[in-house]
Amino acid sequence: MSKYTEDDLKIELETKEYEYGFYTELEADTFPIGLNEDIVRAISLRKEEPQWMTDWRIEAFRAWQEMTEPEWANVHYAKPDFQAISYYSAPKAVDPNKTLDDVDPELLEMYKKLGISVDEQKMMNNVAMDIVVDSVSVATTFKKTLGEKGIIFMSISEAIKEHPELVRKYLGTVVPQKDNFYAALNSAVFSDGSFCYIPKGVRCPMELSTYFRINQAGTGQFERTLLVADAGSYVSYLEGCTAPSRDENQLHAAVVELIALEDAEIKYSTVQNWYPGNKEGKGGVYNFVTKRGICENNAKISWTQVETGSAVTWKYPSVILKGDNSVGEFYSIAVTNNFQQADTGTKMIHLGKNTKSTIISKGISAGRSQNSYRGLVQISPRAENARNFSQCDSLLMGNNCGAHTFPYIESKNPSAKIEHEATTSKIGEDQVFYCNQRGIPTEKAIALIVNGFSKDVLNKLPMEFAVEAQKLLEISLEGSVG
Amino acid sequence: MLSIKNLHASIGDKEILKGINLEVKAGEVHAIMGPNGAGKSTLASIVAGNENYDVTSGEIILDGEDLSELAPEERAHKGVFLSFQYPVEIPGVSVTNFIRTAINETRKANGQDEMPANEMLKVIREKSELLEIDRKFLSRSLNEGFSGGEKKRNEIFQMAMLEPKIAILDETDSGLDIDALRIVANGVNKLKSDKNAVVVITHYQRLLDYIVPDYVHVLLNGKIVKSGDASLALELEEKGYDWIKQEQEA
Repeated sequence: MSKYTEDDLKIELETKEYEYGFYTELEADTFPIGLNEDIVRAISLRKEEPQWMTDWRIEAFRAWQEMTEPEWANVHYAKPDFQAISYYSAPKAVDPNKTLDDVDPELLEMYKKLGISVDEQKMMNNVAMDIVVDSVSVATTFKKTLGEKGIIFMSISEAIKEHPELVRKYLGTVVPQKDNFYAALNSAVFSDGSFCYIPKGVRCPMELSTYFRINQAGTGQFERTLLVADAGSYVSYLEGCTAPSRDENQLHAAVVELIALEDAEIKYSTVQNWYPGNKEGKGGVYNFVTKRGICENNAKISWTQVETGSAVTWKYPSVILKGDNSVGEFYSIAVTNNFQQADTGTKMIHLGKNTKSTIISKGISAGRSQNSYRGLVQISPRAENARNFSQCDSLLMGNNCGAHTFPYIESKNPSAKIEHEATTSKIGEDQVFYCNQRGIPTEKAIALIVNGFSKDVLNKLPMEFAVEAQKLLEISLEGSVG
Repeated sequence: MLSIKNLHASIGDKEILKGINLEVKAGEVHAIMGPNGAGKSTLASIVAGNENYDVTSGEIILDGEDLSELAPEERAHKGVFLSFQYPVEIPGVSVTNFIRTAINETRKANGQDEMPANEMLKVIREKSELLEIDRKFLSRSLNEGFSGGEKKRNEIFQMAMLEPKIAILDETDSGLDIDALRIVANGVNKLKSDKNAVVVITHYQRLLDYIVPDYVHVLLNGKIVKSGDASLALELEEKGYDWIKQEQEA
């Protein structure tokens, strides 16, 4: 780009005008709506991807065309029109004239409650930062520390170019292109995402969080994450943000793949707070995510999620316990309010001997929402001495919401030991009155009760995240009583 | 301090309180006795602001301020405390966390800053020693799996922490063995001062051996029908309530 001249610009603009009929520079980076093979190729081309990547996308696209949208989940929504979406949009540039005064005051109020720093607020709203140097230097320091350990952490687009051998080796090995309708769509058109590689025996010295948050703006609607922990390594990865994001994209279909090689451990924590729609159930994000990890011998993968956003959630972070003595964990809090619908849970696939899995799911439903836990525990014939413990608790607020539990258990080995516990409870008027009598107002009382209910899962989150998540639960349920 | 005037209250169509009058001054201990279903617990709930009852007429005045329109938490902030007959469980919320929230919400409502953590710990230690509460107890989930005695002791512990102006103890003696009863009663006695007052609701004389009342009132069929000093409680213990009922009918 260093020799980019005005003439080049002129040529580029003319070409684009020719191609897509757009004039302004801003619009020139957005593709026309609709999806076909040419669009898939164009995405790959725009991202300057190697041929194998383009072919991989095309293969996924062809498979997707043959597939139909799944309907088995306990959610009801108007199906997206896949030909009405634009599949490529370059990250929005910072608008130099925009200040925080231009941002929705309601949103700012929420940031305040969550204790989100001013810099991060600006970041999330494409507002130019005052203290640019600061954030750049923070990011640089992180990069240096990680680099010294040989840890690779970058956008997946960069990784495809800089570490093609690693990406090619692992991409699609846990979630194949044809895995399901949304995974196939994502494989064909994924916009960007993250790639992380922890070398053998390395313990990642920091939670991959702050860095991530600073660099998170504009990840797009078809995110792809690939995380490889080589033998004996450890990493804790934090995804998402407690701050509400008013994304204009209604459909989000992300794919996350985790690979934990022998003796490796991955802790993956998510806080999802996308726009849930308004109080009447209008608008809101459809979040259809495929997340899966694979464990080799003695490896461990923990998924922890706090899901409070989106109008419709369809998400089952899973673990394939391929190696002997491997461990899978799933800790989840899913909150639905107003007209939100969530169908979420996990799959624990026990293939290796002495494999262990733990599932703790806490569903909180308020308003007119529907909250479903759906889980599969599968013990293969070779998985001697497999163990599973599942606990699914539901908390209901008011009389118009629903909590549903769909646990599937398939055991093909007689030595397996599987335990499942489930409870459903309601926040009682007597509990609230008791708190009131001690001087605790109703909203605070609900927050206290909900946090108590969710404690087992909140405790699994990294400290800094846990505090924010706790506040987030309070905010998500605001106005749900009364 | 607390003045209840001609209080009528009902639940649905059923009138439960039929004109209660009660004057409690600072430094006093009042006992309210009476048979089951007389309206004792209802009276306690209504003073605390339970919205399941309709107050049809009358006034509840604390230090010159009418409480009738105030929410339960606002009454608490002004110094009303109710020791529940059946304290509820809140899983996952520790005794410490709960009382810390209660104290800080009260302080916030009264325009004070949160209590600093070290001061909070100090007060918790003092008050838990007063009630012979084991430290391990404080990190357990509120009332979850507590024995009857532990629940009541926890109620009085919260009272000690919150230092209310007026404390209503609703059958705090039920479910207590004799040792626990003594500990709880000692706690209440130590917390008593000339600036606060206690209303004890009970069926039995037993608790009043330890917490000696200045006044005893008999609540019968929604009304206070007889008041006297501590000797009235002894008389009730001996003769039951029938003679009062007969007096009423006569």
